Amino acid sequence: MSGSSYPEASVQGHSEHGAEHRDDFGAKLGMWLFLVTEIVLFGGLFIGYSYMRAKYPGEFHHAGSELNATIGVINTLILLTSSLTMVLSLVAIQRGERTKTRLFLAATIVLGAAFLVNKSFEWAAKFHHGLYPNSPHLATLPPGEQVFFGLYFTMTGLHGFHVLAGISVLAWLYALVSKGRITQDRHAALENGGLYWHLVDVIWIFLLPLFYLAA
Amino acid sequence: MSTPERTDAHGQPSFLVDHGPRRGLLAWLTSTDHKRVGILYLASMISFFIVGMGIGVVMRLVQLTPFKDLVTPQTYNALFTLHGVIMIFLFVIPGLPAVFGNFFLPILIGAKDVAFPRLNLASWYFYMAGAILAVTALFTGGGPPDTGWTFYAPFSIKTGTNVSLAVFAAFVLGFSSMLTGINFITTIHRLRAPGMTWFRMPLFCWATYSTAWIQILATPILAITLVLVILERFFGIGIFDPSKGGDPLLYQHLFWIYSHPAVYIMILPAMGAITEILPTFAKRTIFGYKAIAFSSLSIAAVGSLVWAHHMFTSGMSGVALITFSLLTMIVAVPSAIKVFNWTATLYKGSIDFQPPLLYALTFIFLFCIGGLTGVMQGALAINVHIHDTYFIVGHFHYVMFGGTGFAFFAALLYWFPKMFGKMYSKRVAYLAWWPLFIGFNGLYFAMLVLGLQGMPRRYWHHLPQFDTGHVIATVGSWFLALGLLIFLGNFVVALFKGEKAEDNPWGGVTLEWQIPSPPPTENFEEIPTITHGPYEFGEPGKEGRA
Repeated sequence: MSGSSYPEASVQGHSEHGAEHRDDFGAKLGMWLFLVTEIVLFGGLFIGYSYMRAKYPGEFHHAGSELNATIGVINTLILLTSSLTMVLSLVAIQRGERTKTRLFLAATIVLGAAFLVNKSFEWAAKFHHGLYPNSPHLATLPPGEQVFFGLYFTMTGLHGFHVLAGISVLAWLYALVSKGRITQDRHAALENGGLYWHLVDVIWIFLLPLFYLAA
Repeated sequence: MSTPERTDAHGQPSFLVDHGPRRGLLAWLTSTDHKRVGILYLASMISFFIVGMGIGVVMRLVQLTPFKDLVTPQTYNALFTLHGVIMIFLFVIPGLPAVFGNFFLPILIGAKDVAFPRLNLASWYFYMAGAILAVTALFTGGGPPDTGWTFYAPFSIKTGTNVSLAVFAAFVLGFSSMLTGINFITTIHRLRAPGMTWFRMPLFCWATYSTAWIQILATPILAITLVLVILERFFGIGIFDPSKGGDPLLYQHLFWIYSHPAVYIMILPAMGAITEILPTFAKRTIFGYKAIAFSSLSIAAVGSLVWAHHMFTSGMSGVALITFSLLTMIVAVPSAIKVFNWTATLYKGSIDFQPPLLYALTFIFLFCIGGLTGVMQGALAINVHIHDTYFIVGHFHYVMFGGTGFAFFAALLYWFPKMFGKMYSKRVAYLAWWPLFIGFNGLYFAMLVLGLQGMPRRYWHHLPQFDTGHVIATVGSWFLALGLLIFLGNFVVALFKGEKAEDNPWGGVTLEWQIPSPPPTENFEEIPTITHGPYEFGEPGKEGRA
């Protein structure tokens, strides 16, 4: 994201006097602002959820019992662990341990993938029971439950999409570490990638109670 | 473009000269120089503006007579949808930040570029991708969308026209806007020159800063709303569909939570540009610097809490109605603060009357009409009477076109000599003002009156009793179009045949006037150190800045 087009530009910002313009703090600020936009993006759906839940409290309660809370909790544990491995990879690069960095990054990617595999089994089971948007079976349920599943598929789907995006970012970071482009002195990209991964994690923490524990 | 000067007095090459390995168009399309990106936006936006204007002229032709000829109703629906989508998403929302923000924000704060130059260029590509998708939506699928630019559910999820692609185009354009916002906030936080404190920044930077916050806080809501429309259309998730327990009113809320603040994305930078122009031609410092700076922030803040005034007739509780009505009235206060400060700046100034000042004053006049008709609509009872009439159409054209459009023109007149190093014909700029001003007021004031008489918006044809107003409006649109062609043509001629512009043709004191016209690639030979406020004129021994 950062990086000036003018490598010869020497003095820029307030404290940087390197041969190349580099502003790790600026890069991190940009990342945080991006995370704000992500939160607002999900915020629109949370507004929709709150409104619908206030409108159909009973139906949401009933429809929530259709979801498998065990899988939801397992997935939460998977994501929390992945956030831990993400932090460990950052600690490793700060100590200059490249192999460890790559190992922990790989672990984070595997855990993210495990989350998605779990999720796909869960969705498949719902589909199997005839619970998917626009399904004939769903149309027979009360309106509030239809909306519940509409929101469920939209919100977990969008979150899943973010997990997928996060995994791609992590894979890219893995390549950068391997090529020696992310190092002990230069790891802003890894830190920012980690911030993104934690955000994806945090959003899930909110989705879990809203859907799986709604019953 | 004619051959620009290769170097300035100090031997630095102008940014208009290619210096990378690439030449010509390719050099422009791959340049991350904020000045070049700004000009890429300028060229593309003016092109879309002319298309949108053409559609507008055709719509006025349809309304010239009460007869049902010229176009079919379906075509008319497509025309007003396109006119809205093009003008709003491709012209006024990117508007001044994308062109003048990109070009001048770094220069005004004494920086060599924005914080993320590559991201900046990427934003332009997102913008172009969105524009191409929007155009593709016209010719593919079920034909051009016919929902109006607001894409209201449930019609937008039921219509057979190509809404999905058009909505996706708006989503991509939103991405461009958001990334620009992130870039500008980071730039202002990180790249101010030594001594450039927050309160020494030119007020255009404050306006751009406030706008950038709205861009990142409001745009994602639009993004998710548009994603939901697409999901509704493809998978029938039912969130906006009453037959599945959903609620179309939720769509309206989500849409306006973005789209009302978006109005301030459009107008705030315009106000910022006016605030730069007035001190330069009044030759005195701005009146009430901090009041203007904080009014930008408070417009951004309060403007985010007024969205439901678009929905007074949609069905809301009495408490909600009164709350949103009150907040709507309150948001007029910071706008009025700005207007009073502008006029106070002119008071006892030594006015140097030049084209940019004429257009800036026109902005103030038209914006006042637009703003005050807006306050009228904030009153609940009046709102019910004029909801969805031509009054609304007239009002927002006064704000968006009379406001943002004229501010854009004023900014172009003000900064064009700096951007291209060429001076346009001032005589032609004055000449174009007459048809612009007469045509504008003929067209949109007639709409205000028509609306009060009861002419509904978006109707394909009108009843004979509205004939007089429609004829006046249509004739006005011809004057307006003529004025626009003269106005824009003036710049095209100037690019090729214009005289060389001086470095400081207006006697301005902000940083951009202290560097050559056109600026060198690096903007500044040496990053300046700032020792005083932005608008200090005529103090002995302090002509210009160090």
